[in-house]
Amino acid sequence: MAAEKLIVGGRVIEPGKAEQFETGDWRTFTPVLDRELCIDCMTCWIYCPDSSVIVKDSKMMGFKLTHCKGCGICAKMCPKKAITMEEV
Amino acid sequence: MADEIGINGDNAVALAWKQIDPDVCAAYPITPQTIIVETFSEYVANGDVGTEFVCVESEHSALTVCVAAASAGARTFTATASQGLAYMWEMLPIASAMRVPIVMAVANRTLSGPINIHNDHGDAMSARDCGWVMIFAENVQEAYDNAVMAPRIAEHPDVQLPVMANLDGFILTHAIERMRPLDTAVVRKFVGEHKPLHPLLDWKKPVSHGLMDGPEDYYRHKYQMVEAMEKAFGVCEKVFADFAKISGRKYSIVEEYMCDDADCVAVILGSSFGTMKATVDKLRAEGLKVGACMPRVFRPWPAKQLAKVLGGKKAVLVMDKHVGVGAYGPMYPEVVAALAGGKMPKMHNCIYGLGGQDATVAGFEKILKAVASGKAKELSFMGVDV
Repeated sequence: MAAEKLIVGGRVIEPGKAEQFETGDWRTFTPVLDRELCIDCMTCWIYCPDSSVIVKDSKMMGFKLTHCKGCGICAKMCPKKAITMEEV
Repeated sequence: MADEIGINGDNAVALAWKQIDPDVCAAYPITPQTIIVETFSEYVANGDVGTEFVCVESEHSALTVCVAAASAGARTFTATASQGLAYMWEMLPIASAMRVPIVMAVANRTLSGPINIHNDHGDAMSARDCGWVMIFAENVQEAYDNAVMAPRIAEHPDVQLPVMANLDGFILTHAIERMRPLDTAVVRKFVGEHKPLHPLLDWKKPVSHGLMDGPEDYYRHKYQMVEAMEKAFGVCEKVFADFAKISGRKYSIVEEYMCDDADCVAVILGSSFGTMKATVDKLRAEGLKVGACMPRVFRPWPAKQLAKVLGGKKAVLVMDKHVGVGAYGPMYPEVVAALAGGKMPKMHNCIYGLGGQDATVAGFEKILKAVASGKAKELSFMGVDV
């Protein structure tokens, strides 16, 4: 047990560490984007509770899955039904 | 060195705190601890210390404030007893797991019910698995000395655990005894500057305390505490040795009294150790080879040190001032476990002093004689069947 490498008291001693803590493996369903249907309205970006929607130059680029729990809010809210939840 | 003074145990602890001048004290009054925080709050009000005294509405809040203050980086003290300690219970393992070096004086008082305010070890013993270092005092001098030494043990980089410094309620807290305090400058130098580990108030190094752990890390963090407790033995020895240099008073993890040539040794905690020493004197005068010892440091449990003292004896009597109803006294199974690796002496447990029952030489003599003559039962109850 490599306890000696752990910080005592379960403390986090540098900021921004949550970024490195991957929680995407909790996911059962994964959002899949149909680029043909997407109108870059950013509704999914607004609703995503885990900041997992990648946006570049005002374009929806897909999903960053390291923190996506597969909750499906993006698919539910998408006005164009451009996102489907698939078991992958 | 200062002259001897007459002082009760609570005021002796408050005096030590005044000399140390901690950053924060959060406490709620409860008999027989009240005098500690009452006297200390006067020191605060009079400007004798720079301590921030936080008046809280309960012991649960008191320890919560202490955890937060200590996490922020403050040298933090509190005190409680009995129901107050019970009310803190939820925060006790949180304080130790957060590795904050809080120092808490506990004026040992029984746990209700039936409602009772008198001394036994029911409060501390019921909190013994909460990850706190626990030390005990035999008399007022030791209560003062423990109060001076406790921050050094708690704050040591190898320990970083809260320390519970116990003193028997009323017997020590309210009885005036003769004791010799140290000069304030000597105490300050001995305790030294508090160098907190990962303080929240160091804004240049942002940190988070009190986070959640999954099963794997929870276990590993608990194991770190196990390791810290093991290291606390060495730290206590070093602190005791350093303290002897400034005070002339030398303490040990396990205190011994006439154990070397004894056939039968009594293990006992707190003020009753003195009563047991008087009993040993009496029985030695009658030709019985008996001795007594006290694990001054109760957590970490000094199994090896006790095995050294008790191994090879004909009989061992463990005196417990608390009863695990339906089992034994709390110390008994731990002494048995400490001796399990070698030839086991005949083991006895006696429950005494519950709810303030007088612990007398006459009572101790009866049980110790019965043990020495092989006539005692394994488990006996003082005043009931012995």
